[in-house]
Amino acid sequence: MTDHSHLSDMELRVRALESLLSEKGLVDPAALDAIVDTYENKIGPRNGARVVARAWVDGDFKQWLLREGTAAIDSLGYVSTQGADIVVLENTASVHNLTVCTLCSCYPWAVLGLPPAWYKSFPYRARAVKDPRGVLAEFGQTLGDGVEVRVWDSTAEVRYLVLPQRPAGTDGLNEDELAALVTRDSMIGTDRLAGD
Amino acid sequence: MDGIHDMGGMDGFGPIPIERDEPVFHAPWEGRVWALNTALGALGNWNIDAGRYTLELLDPALYLSSTYYQRWLYRTENMLVEHDMVSREELETPPGERVVTSQGRPLSIDEILVRRRQDRSARVAEDIPARFRAGDPIRARNIHPKGHTRIPRYVRGKAGVIDRDHGVFIFPDTNAVFAGKTPQHLYSVQFTAREIWGADAAAADKVYVDMWDHYLEARE
Repeated sequence: MTDHSHLSDMELRVRALESLLSEKGLVDPAALDAIVDTYENKIGPRNGARVVARAWVDGDFKQWLLREGTAAIDSLGYVSTQGADIVVLENTASVHNLTVCTLCSCYPWAVLGLPPAWYKSFPYRARAVKDPRGVLAEFGQTLGDGVEVRVWDSTAEVRYLVLPQRPAGTDGLNEDELAALVTRDSMIGTDRLAGD
Repeated sequence: MDGIHDMGGMDGFGPIPIERDEPVFHAPWEGRVWALNTALGALGNWNIDAGRYTLELLDPALYLSSTYYQRWLYRTENMLVEHDMVSREELETPPGERVVTSQGRPLSIDEILVRRRQDRSARVAEDIPARFRAGDPIRARNIHPKGHTRIPRYVRGKAGVIDRDHGVFIFPDTNAVFAGKTPQHLYSVQFTAREIWGADAAAADKVYVDMWDHYLEARE
């Protein structure tokens, strides 16, 4: 997706815009630094992985998470500044959930950070709703006919987070170790964890 | 609008560009564009729906030939001009040659965060009776609004079932043009994949789309 031939032109154009807005007193470059730092270093899929691991070890939390996703996630401290209403979708042996934003790039920032480029790409936006099994195959995931695929198109301000199945053979792991097994894509729905 | 952004169901874009261990931003300017959007949005001159509409109004050929953050930059520039915060001339004048008057004091990061937390949800605290309940059969209206809308083309006219009621939310179609929040119920609507895509789709598969009351009609 990244077109590197535009890079230097874009760098110059954005710098010019930023200095113009700064001279006008519309933006504070230090605030921009802080926003970039937040999304590069503080908010990301490790937040979501903590939510998933907690749900795997704590049945009451899991029920709360599935019933009132926003409140349960807020309780862990991952309070978002946009797209705050989060619905959590549970994968089971017979149901696989996949999330997409066909119209642009809606994504649960608070728990996953900014979306990967492929999530915002035209082929994913175009095909996830029509050929989810073909899309999953591109991610190396093959689903049997016995599994129902549910695709969730984020057309509103509700954000969806997939709760992947806990992998088999992880009974002895603690919450931190479980969180380390959770991939970003498993919470989007394009990955299935071992045994999922 | 039936714009290029409404991509659900299109073919021809090739394989999904999966990149392992990709960085959050692929170049520093992408991060600056992102941050500019956040900081400018907090000023409150526009809303998220107006921002999306401006993105959708980009020339379709430009939309398709630009990267994600390029589109965001063009959108931001257009909104700044539209809201008289900068002029097209100022955008085109090299930094060393322009004379700029300060319009005031910018928001600090703390002020930005406070404002963004304040309007972090599009939920509206208004008690409006729900027209539908979970399980109700509905049909997505066959409508083609000329302006901003969030009803994708691929579900229009299709029969579905209410999955859940999310509550009362701001209606983007009017909010995008500053014509009011028009609060109404937002539902998750379940469609079978076969209802939308025909017999070649897997029998068990479903597509869920979030839809405002205005987009729906009752079905027997």
